[in-house]
Amino acid sequence: MNRTQGIWAAAVCGAILFVVGCGGGSSSQLKVISTSGSNVQPITVGGGPTGEYVDGAFTSVTVCTPGTSTCQTIDGILVDTGSSGLRILSSALTIALTQQNAPDGNPVVECLPFLDAYTWGPVKTADIQIAGEKANSLPIQVLSDSDFPVPNSCSDNGPSADTISSLGANGLLGVGSFAQDCGPACVSTGASNPELYYECPAAGCSVVGENLAQQVQNPVVLFATDNNGVVLQLPAASSPAVSLSGSLIFGIGTESNNALNGATIYTLDEFGNFATTYSSQSYSGSFLDSGSNGIFFLTSGITGIPDCSGFYCPASAENLSATNKGANGNSGTVNFSVGNADSLFNNNPADAVFGDLAGPGSADGFDWGLPFFFGRSVFTSIEGQPSPGGTGPYWAY
Amino acid sequence: MNAPKIFPCRANSAELLQASAIPLAMMMIIMMIMVTAPPAFAGLGQDVSSVPADQVQMKGTLRSTQNQAYAVHEIRAATGTVVREFVSPSGKVFGVAWQGPWPPNMRQILASYFEQYQRAAQVRMNSRPGRRPLMLEQPGLVVQSSGHMRSFAGRAYVPDMLPPEVSAEAIR
Repeated sequence: MNRTQGIWAAAVCGAILFVVGCGGGSSSQLKVISTSGSNVQPITVGGGPTGEYVDGAFTSVTVCTPGTSTCQTIDGILVDTGSSGLRILSSALTIALTQQNAPDGNPVVECLPFLDAYTWGPVKTADIQIAGEKANSLPIQVLSDSDFPVPNSCSDNGPSADTISSLGANGLLGVGSFAQDCGPACVSTGASNPELYYECPAAGCSVVGENLAQQVQNPVVLFATDNNGVVLQLPAASSPAVSLSGSLIFGIGTESNNALNGATIYTLDEFGNFATTYSSQSYSGSFLDSGSNGIFFLTSGITGIPDCSGFYCPASAENLSATNKGANGNSGTVNFSVGNADSLFNNNPADAVFGDLAGPGSADGFDWGLPFFFGRSVFTSIEGQPSPGGTGPYWAY
Repeated sequence: MNAPKIFPCRANSAELLQASAIPLAMMMIIMMIMVTAPPAFAGLGQDVSSVPADQVQMKGTLRSTQNQAYAVHEIRAATGTVVREFVSPSGKVFGVAWQGPWPPNMRQILASYFEQYQRAAQVRMNSRPGRRPLMLEQPGLVVQSSGHMRSFAGRAYVPDMLPPEVSAEAIR
């Protein structure tokens, strides 16, 4: 973000603070967005670096060559509570980072499968700074299909998402509930290894065991303080807009600006899910994910809502309700509306913020994407980390 | 994560023999394919004899069940991911479903449909960037994929290959 954009963003933030603060609404609605503090990073919902994204929250991250003052601030990074780890397109990097090597000296390269694609590229370490928080020697993934040839076992996942046009962002800031992207399964090789980490000598790549501390991990865990989770605060989006400003706040209950304040705590199962009940049916694989650009649930065959190009397109907006329930038994109702995506896009071609964007998804669970976060303070705690709400992982809102 | 134990093929055969619901003919087919070399191609649209090749690729255990309309071959990979292959009475894999911490090898389970899937997923990604479930409905191919890091679920099927009176919703 350049200086002019920064001043503009600050002005918009001030205006939003005023509007939201005076807007009334129900008691569960977010009233004040924290915009100051060394643990507060501004985020913007907008079109992102391609200008084509809808319902994506973007921010900037400063990365430095480890142990030096050679740094670069990269904007257009998608804020993703549905994954863990920092991933940056090679094409967006202008400084050199430190290649991570396996014990035998070969470079370590990662293949990360997504729902419909993969990211591939070397694991490198960087000193990073976001707001006033620093993580030194953080292992990150640099996305590139050309630095090391993609092995078949990786490209067998589908298409590559290693370009700006396919990713729609310069990178991903994964601040989800897991401490590492893979975790214990990748530490040793063998049949139970899901094959995310490779060592790549010139002769070709093969799967390598990767210790937890070497894995690409949630940068928040490496912060000196405010390291037990994040809070995402965004104002309500009652009508389509070009952009929306909010805050990514580090820590839960560690500062005056990240207290739980009575938010309901929903603990997660081992897969990072909770249960959503809709129309008397429970869906156990449900989750909150700021990196999903809509609310995705069931199919037209079950909901009766017609779909169009990946989203729902009802004749008129539908107001629905569902109940979320944590593994700890806490539950609460969520009201949400489903607009006609084709009409929203066609009638508002310059806009990137849509509060009632939803689409068909899996019968396994609800995917509560960014529209869920509008008008809320949503807490994502990290596994194993203590907080005033208990030990993570949990979501609270 | 607890890695499931890998049983040798003999244990699977014994399990099958104990499962009285499985017709004798089905058991014989499965026992036959266990002693023959797995074919090079496996997965969606392929012959039932391709199932062991998928089992080998996934380093998993195999459990097979049969109902009136189709058979289900469930492969539990050592990674914790479960893949179910749905086989029609004519012996063809008409659908696959998966669930677990990581997705299965998509080329392996989509077989000759992989390139079609890959092209369509690429087109979708570039037409409107954004991370969301994949709900692909192509002529002759449906692929659905959802979840997040460490929790993936999905299914793929060939609508024309579904046996009569079998609903796509059964493929889970």
